[in-house]
Amino acid sequence: MTQSDFMKLVMPFKDKVFRLAKRLLVSNEEAEDATQEILLRLWKNKYKIAEYRNVEAFSMTMTKNFCLDRLKSKQAQNLKIVHSNYQDTNVSLQKQVELNDSVEWVAKIMEDLPEQQKIILQLRDIEEYDYEEIAKILNMKETAIRVALSRARKTIREKLTKAHHYGVSN
Amino acid sequence: MAFQIRDIEQLLEKYDNAQTSLQEEQQLKHYFAQEEVAPHLQHYKAMFSYFQETKTEQFTKDIRLKPKKIRIYKWASVAAVIAIMFSVTFLNKPDSKRSLEDLSEEELLVYNQTKEAFTLLSSRFNQGVNSLNALAIASHNLEKGVKQVGLINEFGKTTNKIFKTN
Repeated sequence: MTQSDFMKLVMPFKDKVFRLAKRLLVSNEEAEDATQEILLRLWKNKYKIAEYRNVEAFSMTMTKNFCLDRLKSKQAQNLKIVHSNYQDTNVSLQKQVELNDSVEWVAKIMEDLPEQQKIILQLRDIEEYDYEEIAKILNMKETAIRVALSRARKTIREKLTKAHHYGVSN
Repeated sequence: MAFQIRDIEQLLEKYDNAQTSLQEEQQLKHYFAQEEVAPHLQHYKAMFSYFQETKTEQFTKDIRLKPKKIRIYKWASVAAVIAIMFSVTFLNKPDSKRSLEDLSEEELLVYNQTKEAFTLLSSRFNQGVNSLNALAIASHNLEKGVKQVGLINEFGKTTNKIFKTN
C-alpha cells in the first residue's frame, strides 16, 4: 500500500475520527494529536488493514479506546475547554445571538453526559451511523445502544427546556 | 416542504425514545433547519442546529506519517558521524607529514606572517602577565591584613578571659 493509497482510504473518515476525539477530549489540540496518532497507527499496520472488512468501524473503535485511555491517564488532567463558534446563514441578527447562546448551551450539556452516552450521541445524531454500525464500533447490543441514546436525548431535551423557560443567560 | 406540527411532535416522541430511523431523523433535521419553527418546539432547534453545525468540522492539519522521517534523521546522523571520523583520520594525515622544506614560497610567506603574528600576541600576553603582578602584590597585602585581623581576634579572646577571671 503506497502513501497515496492510504490517504485515499482514510480520507472519507478522518474527520469523523477527529470529531469523535474532540467530543471526548474537548480540546482542539488534544483531538488533533489523537487523530494524528490514530492515523499513524493505521499506517503502521497498513499491511493488516487490507484484511479488515470495515476499516472505518475499526478506526472509530480505536479512536474511542484511545481517547478513553487518554482521559484516564494523568496527562489529560488539564484539558482546556474550547467551544467551536457557531455560524448560521439565514436567521435575523437578534435571533442569531440568542441561537448562538443556546447552541453553545447544547455543547455544554453534551459535555456533562457520561462518556458512553456522548459517544453514542456523536455516532448517531452527528455522524448518522445506523444502529448496526454503532453496535460494531462499540461492541454493544443494539438494545443497549438505544437505551443509552434515549437517555442522552432526554437529558438534553430536559435541560434545554429548562434553559428555554428561564432564558439562556448563564 | 410543509410540515404538519402533529407529525413533528410524534416524530420527536419517537426520537426521544430512540425509535426513529435515520430517514425520520433527517426529516426532523430538515424541519428544524427552517427559520420558522413552532414556538413550543423552539428549544429543539438549538439541538438540531448544533448537530448539523458540528458535522461540518474538519481535521485540517496535514497528516504526518512520522516514523519514516525519524528513520531518515537517524541514518543522517549516523552518516554524519562516519563522514566526520573519515575526514579526521584520513584527510589530515598528508598535511601533518609535510615539513618546512616542502612549502612553496607563497606558503612560506604566509607561514612567516602567521609566526610573526603569534610572536606579537605572545609579547602582548607577557605584558598582560606583568600587570597581573600588581594584583599579586595586592593579594599579598590583603593576606597581611587578614593576619592582623587574626591578631585582633586573639586580643578579643584574651580580654574575654580577663573578664571571666574577674
